[in-house]
Amino acid sequence: MNMLESRNTVILSYFILGFAAFTALFPLALMLLNSLKTVPEIIASPLAPPEQLVWENYANAWKHSKFSRTFMNSAVLVFLTTALVLSTGSLTAYVLARKKIKTWALVTAYLLATTTAPIQLFLFPLYFGFAHLGLINNIFAVSVVYCAIYSPFSIMLLRTYFLAVPKELEEAALVDGATPWQVFSKVYLPLVWPGMLTVALIIGMYTWNEFLIATTFLQNQESRTAIVSYFLLSGQYETNWGELMAGAVLVVMPIIILFIFLQKKFIDGITGGSVKG
Amino acid sequence: MYRLFILPTMIINIAVISIPAILTIILAFYRWDGISDPVFIGLENFERLWNDRIFWKALRNNLIWTALFLTFPIIIGLVVASLLLTVRRGSTFFQIIYLFPLVISAVISARVWQGMIYNPQSGIVALLERYGLDLYDPLSRTATALYGVAVVDLWHWWGFMAVIFFAALRQVPQEQIEAARLEGATYFQMMRWVLIPGIMPTITLMMIMTVIWSFLVFDFVYVMTQGGPASSSEVLSTMAYRRAFYELKVGNAAAIAIVISLFGLVATFFYLRLQRGEGE
Repeated sequence: MNMLESRNTVILSYFILGFAAFTALFPLALMLLNSLKTVPEIIASPLAPPEQLVWENYANAWKHSKFSRTFMNSAVLVFLTTALVLSTGSLTAYVLARKKIKTWALVTAYLLATTTAPIQLFLFPLYFGFAHLGLINNIFAVSVVYCAIYSPFSIMLLRTYFLAVPKELEEAALVDGATPWQVFSKVYLPLVWPGMLTVALIIGMYTWNEFLIATTFLQNQESRTAIVSYFLLSGQYETNWGELMAGAVLVVMPIIILFIFLQKKFIDGITGGSVKG
Repeated sequence: MYRLFILPTMIINIAVISIPAILTIILAFYRWDGISDPVFIGLENFERLWNDRIFWKALRNNLIWTALFLTFPIIIGLVVASLLLTVRRGSTFFQIIYLFPLVISAVISARVWQGMIYNPQSGIVALLERYGLDLYDPLSRTATALYGVAVVDLWHWWGFMAVIFFAALRQVPQEQIEAARLEGATYFQMMRWVLIPGIMPTITLMMIMTVIWSFLVFDFVYVMTQGGPASSSEVLSTMAYRRAFYELKVGNAAAIAIVISLFGLVATFFYLRLQRGEGE
């Protein structure tokens, strides 16, 4: 409905959209601004610019949150989860997209149903089971839990990419005597990788940000994630809001950078499967 | 052969979700502290909940939460999406800004709001107080704690709705919009008769998901208020978590988990029907 709008309508629209953008950014601007201030300066006014930039806030946050360790843990967890989701999910997505077998409807319904299951419905036995098996503080075990939770969404998204591949390619490969595995790995995978990248970004972001499972299953300093160590830092001692905001900036930085550079993929992933045309 | 392809997904999913879920349902009929042998007590866990003031408080809070999230983010999302459609130019830029709060962890957002906005010493609230406004930290009072948390979650959430609705609106046939305009439709008429009907399936799906998500809310409440003060912002998921891991009443927690799931189940039923209705 462009072009035909009157000038005033467009100006009013931009004004409202701009106000909405301001609302979204305002708390984040406060985070960034106050991450460079001392506590007395913040108390004097959270809106005032810093008199001089207090970079020590960042160094202290890094040290006190043990980020050199916990960032690594988060990175390993993100890597393991993404690898697990992509490898198992792409196989399932391929079958659900291309093979017409009666029970698949049931599989799809089952997977959709598990996306809506509350974590509390399986958290408690899972925790005590993991404790019994000695899997608490085990990053790989947690990545398996994430894989189970994030797979259904990933499969539904990947499925649309598999559906977009022309069927004739598969048929031609089968005529040439390719095995199902060869069809999957040689014909499909090279074509669906943009979908894989989208899923990787979304799952990576979820994993980096996740709190409930991480705080329950990864308890000791050696296995804690960045989010959980930040949560613990902000819950103890006297509150130094400058340092806490610096820590917040550090934790969100990797996600924000990826988001800005790969915005289109993020938006595809976030809206994928939710829009019913 | 193809069955083999879906095996890894199914094994992981069943081991992590289905089997523990079944165990949770069984545990709801037992008394268990997580260590000693479980004792079968029939419906006692549910009877306890029925007589538990905090349970009703938490359930009520979840319903308030559902009502808030069925209205504000959906209305804001629709308005913003329709304006993005109006201006077109810059819509990608605005969408990215609106999604910033969504890609940031709830823990971080919660702390930023607590320290920089709500805090009575270091926040915007303190600043405005000095200018004579009668403000206070909403998280510190029983009457407002739940809403204080909800505002932060709304801030984090509405951009998602706007982006989803904008993606859907772009699929509404241009001819319909042009035809309505030629007949001189106002903004509200356009919304009421063209845009909203055009994306109704998406709106319905989002409303169903909102009901499900509203009963799952955990992070913001747990980080900002821990359900307090005096259980005033407790929701079912934080209550279940506390019962299981702080008070070691795992059977009791399992019973709460079943109540949460029942609400989700009803919504899921509609969700699955809608998915099937889409064909394929």
